[in-house]
Amino acid sequence: MGAVQDGVVVTGVVQWLTDPSHWSGDDGIPHRVVEHLVISGWAVLIAMVLALPPAIWLGHLGRGGSLLAAIGSVGRAIPTYAVIVTLALTDQVGVGAEAVVLALALFALPPILVNTYVAMSEVDPDVKDAARGMGMNAWQLVRRVELPLAFPLMFAGITTATVQVVATATFGALVGAGTLGQYIYLGYNNQDYDQLYAGVVLVALLCIILERLFALFRRLVTRRMGAVAGRGSDDRPALPAEPLPVSAP
Amino acid sequence: MGLPRWDETFVGPPNPWFSWRWVSRHTDVLRQAAVEHITLTAASVALAIVVAFPLALLARRVRRLEGPILAVAATVYTIPALALIASLYPVFGLRPLTVILPLALYALLVIIRNLLVGLDGVPPDVVDAAKGMGFSRRRLLWRVEMPLALPAILAGVRVATVSTIGLLTIGGFVGMGGFGTLINEGFQAAVGRAEVVTASLCCLLLALVADLMLVTLQRFLTPWARSRTASS
Repeated sequence: MGAVQDGVVVTGVVQWLTDPSHWSGDDGIPHRVVEHLVISGWAVLIAMVLALPPAIWLGHLGRGGSLLAAIGSVGRAIPTYAVIVTLALTDQVGVGAEAVVLALALFALPPILVNTYVAMSEVDPDVKDAARGMGMNAWQLVRRVELPLAFPLMFAGITTATVQVVATATFGALVGAGTLGQYIYLGYNNQDYDQLYAGVVLVALLCIILERLFALFRRLVTRRMGAVAGRGSDDRPALPAEPLPVSAP
Repeated sequence: MGLPRWDETFVGPPNPWFSWRWVSRHTDVLRQAAVEHITLTAASVALAIVVAFPLALLARRVRRLEGPILAVAATVYTIPALALIASLYPVFGLRPLTVILPLALYALLVIIRNLLVGLDGVPPDVVDAAKGMGFSRRRLLWRVEMPLALPAILAGVRVATVSTIGLLTIGGFVGMGGFGTLINEGFQAAVGRAEVVTASLCCLLLALVADLMLVTLQRFLTPWARSRTASS
């Protein structure tokens, strides 16, 4: 406590970050970044595979909205850290990357479910009627009309989920799955504050860069789809009646 | 906190997921954790509200500042809680501020955004009518705009509170996380499944109870919005 003076910390962190030995090997920064992104990628992929089909289907039918809203609010109340630790304590999963992937996938479900549902159910009914009038069957309606129109908002949900997952993957360090959180964890345990702050800087940078990249990509996509969808000029992800939480980072 | 670690409650290898015996022998520990969890959550959300109000009013008064204020809040939001809490630990040590400050920052974004959404949602006709009746700017804000924005504001406080209760478990990493501290301890103990599961369930229960209480408060404070809330 009080052992930290700004100048000293900054030079220490810069020294730590520029030390070539911290950029190679299994404990090197590149390896930790890969670990971090692989865990996050699997989690988002699993969540998408689980969440998209039912949300698209329910959105197409326009039914089950309150059920999804309830899942959303219970999902928000579940502490991710508790889920990771509980999974790590099971005999089937155990400590390591699997526990983190599963917990994060669970955690990414609500934003994807809710946003996809809202996106699908908000497609202009007139457009759907017109498509039906042209003789489209349900499958064609979903594929050719509803999905393209719902895409910007669906993508916003996936973005929200991804950014959250990448931030939360930091916990991986606490259950032996590495990730960039490892530097924070070791730095804290060994009172090596240079390493701790270097870890904080790296994690924050990774999260902010990813968030910016997604925002950029979303703007590009929305601009292309916006002309068709007739909305989406708004840069922010559209929110359901009650602002969707970007829940626990 | 001088918490008793796993003790004679467990003899031998069985490591149950839940045990009433564990619960009954650790009621004090659980109560202490609950008090800490509630206090830290309340302090964080209260701090966020106190900071959010002037910022939101400033953003409304000077529209040019709205973008930057929301952008800064959103950037802070992307930084993982573990990183923020761990980075404050060397500065404040084992003091409540180490967890309250980061959690208040996270709650801030949600509350500011909902404040702005709520205030922007006030029908212009109503504002015009109030102005025509000679309401001063301050009276307009407190008597007309705030009450009409209340449902959105309370929805924000609700989301912020529930998220904060979950996030606080991360404070267990530095030994200041209410139930999170117990989760951490149970994870490190040789026989700690019951401790982890009990603490996790308590945390979930606390979040659901807080949610329910805030919904009730919302209904009570804004009876005119009931039909709208029910339909949304």
